[in-house]
Amino acid sequence: MKSQGFQSLPWRFRGLSAAAVALYVYLYIPLIVLIAFSFNGGRMATIWEGFSLRWYAEVIQSDQFRAAAANSLIVASTSAFLATTLATLAALGFRGRPLRGQGMMVPFLSFPLVVPEIVTAVATLIFFISVGIPLGMIGLIAAHTVFCIPFAFITIKARMDTMDITLEQAANDLFANPRRTFFAVTLPLLWPAIFAGFILAFIVSLDDFVISLFLAGPSSTTLPIYMFGMMRLGVTPAVNAVSTILLVVSVLFVLTAAWMNKISPK
Amino acid sequence: MIIALQLYLTEIRLSFLTVQAVSHQYAGTDVKVLNNVVLPIQENEFFTLLGPSGCGKTTLLRVLAGFEVPTQGKVLLDGQDIVRIPPWKRPVNTVFQNYALFPHLSILRNVTFGLKMRGMSRAARHKAAHDALALVRLEAFVDRMPSDLSGGQQQRVALARALACKPRLLLLDEPLSALDYKLRKEMQGELKRIQQETGTTFVFVTHDQEEALAMSDRIAVMQQGRLEQVGPPSDIYDRPATPFVAGFIGDSNLLPAEPGAGGRLYLSGGTDLGVPGAAEAQVMIRPEALKIDTDGPLSGVVNDLVYSGAATRFGVTLNDGSGTVQIQQPSASVSGISIGDLVSVAFDPNQLWVLDR
Repeated sequence: MKSQGFQSLPWRFRGLSAAAVALYVYLYIPLIVLIAFSFNGGRMATIWEGFSLRWYAEVIQSDQFRAAAANSLIVASTSAFLATTLATLAALGFRGRPLRGQGMMVPFLSFPLVVPEIVTAVATLIFFISVGIPLGMIGLIAAHTVFCIPFAFITIKARMDTMDITLEQAANDLFANPRRTFFAVTLPLLWPAIFAGFILAFIVSLDDFVISLFLAGPSSTTLPIYMFGMMRLGVTPAVNAVSTILLVVSVLFVLTAAWMNKISPK
Repeated sequence: MIIALQLYLTEIRLSFLTVQAVSHQYAGTDVKVLNNVVLPIQENEFFTLLGPSGCGKTTLLRVLAGFEVPTQGKVLLDGQDIVRIPPWKRPVNTVFQNYALFPHLSILRNVTFGLKMRGMSRAARHKAAHDALALVRLEAFVDRMPSDLSGGQQQRVALARALACKPRLLLLDEPLSALDYKLRKEMQGELKRIQQETGTTFVFVTHDQEEALAMSDRIAVMQQGRLEQVGPPSDIYDRPATPFVAGFIGDSNLLPAEPGAGGRLYLSGGTDLGVPGAAEAQVMIRPEALKIDTDGPLSGVVNDLVYSGAATRFGVTLNDGSGTVQIQQPSASVSGISIGDLVSVAFDPNQLWVLDR
């Protein structure tokens, strides 16, 4: 029973495929140009002067880049780990006996997704200053953890909602007490979603600019902020090189997450 | 009520499993899903809980499995009340409606799951799993994953997984409902064979009366949380205790009857039914016990005719005002009859069953 596709569609606009091609070009040309010019031999980010890896070498040897990359990785992995842990616990907490007001609690956990990031950034900054949290890695990790939670939570909750509760009952029925049921059945079934949630949170944290710009201290510059700084000194293909590195890392992680979610058992 | 009490008193000590006055109400509702259910079940019995959806049969099964603690009553297994014992400590295993195989574990690990949880050694549980899989004829599938198997095969694995634990009591929750017709027929035979080979007590839940009649040693018909009747299939079919059972099990015609001359029952049109009776009653006649004949005591007009090969089924509106009856008889004997014909209808008084009104 393959889909009948276009044959069964009662109408069709002319030029749809042309529009689709145009859309993809529009989406991807800037990225392709950016990647291409990261291999530019010259000093300009807009005039091609031959293939070279010099900008990659330059970037990787730069202490500032290394420090920013290390900061980014520390912040992203720590906050993704914390956010995923909390999101998993939250998703587990929403199972079983319904809590009072649960109908509101689930949407409110995802609500931060639609709050303009700049608002969150300003609010967090004011909050940190008023309670005396210094700008730096700790505050940055705390803030990233907070905005990563909804991403991890939505991924894990979606899996949990489709998970068949009779599987856990079957485990109970087969002499597994609640603790063993959790470790032998619930967690293995949830694991791909937890992993996907972690990756998503990691990427979101890695790419974050606005909140990091407000909260990062001088010693806790992350990659996006480092790039922003580079841009102000003039656009060389080094910026393209850093962008490409960030892009490749992000895409790899997202693909892994998507793949994990797909291979996991139904 | 008195019959129930007698059953309760005589069988309580003999029974292997006794459901003792169990009532259940889900929190926050005022409907009794189970209403004072009293049920003795014998060892090695193939016992079926039969009823329409929402009758409480699945809830009763969940009570037996331990997923539901009833608001009232006891469940005695080998004389011990198990109501408060959690599912993982009961010698009871379940075959779930959707099979509930663990998708992340191989067939072998699915089947050994319960044994592992009980701390059986690796060698012993592998042997038990192979035996159980042999019983359902799936020895060759040990290394497959559940998603590699067809619905019927998954069904068998679920059965093997439960049987590998050698339960005192095996519960089956509409296990055949997801299979197609042919496979279902095949599995009915298989289940019956396995039940006899293992000597395990089966409690089988279904809404399919044909399935229940074909497989069970005894059937309990349930409606709205109550037991309507408990008995062997032939009792349930031939001697239904209530109009509900008569209507639910197979097709039946229920006609109102009144007592009359000679202490016998008569239809409202005055036809002598030939069976004794002293009070108003309902008389059940199965469609196959009625016959379109040249000189029957009843007459009516054919208003419906369904030909299905060997048999033909008629709807005949009786002229005496008793209503419309369903008649089924071999097609060869009724060729030439069509809708609108006036026919006479005969019946055998021995095949009537009188129900209290």
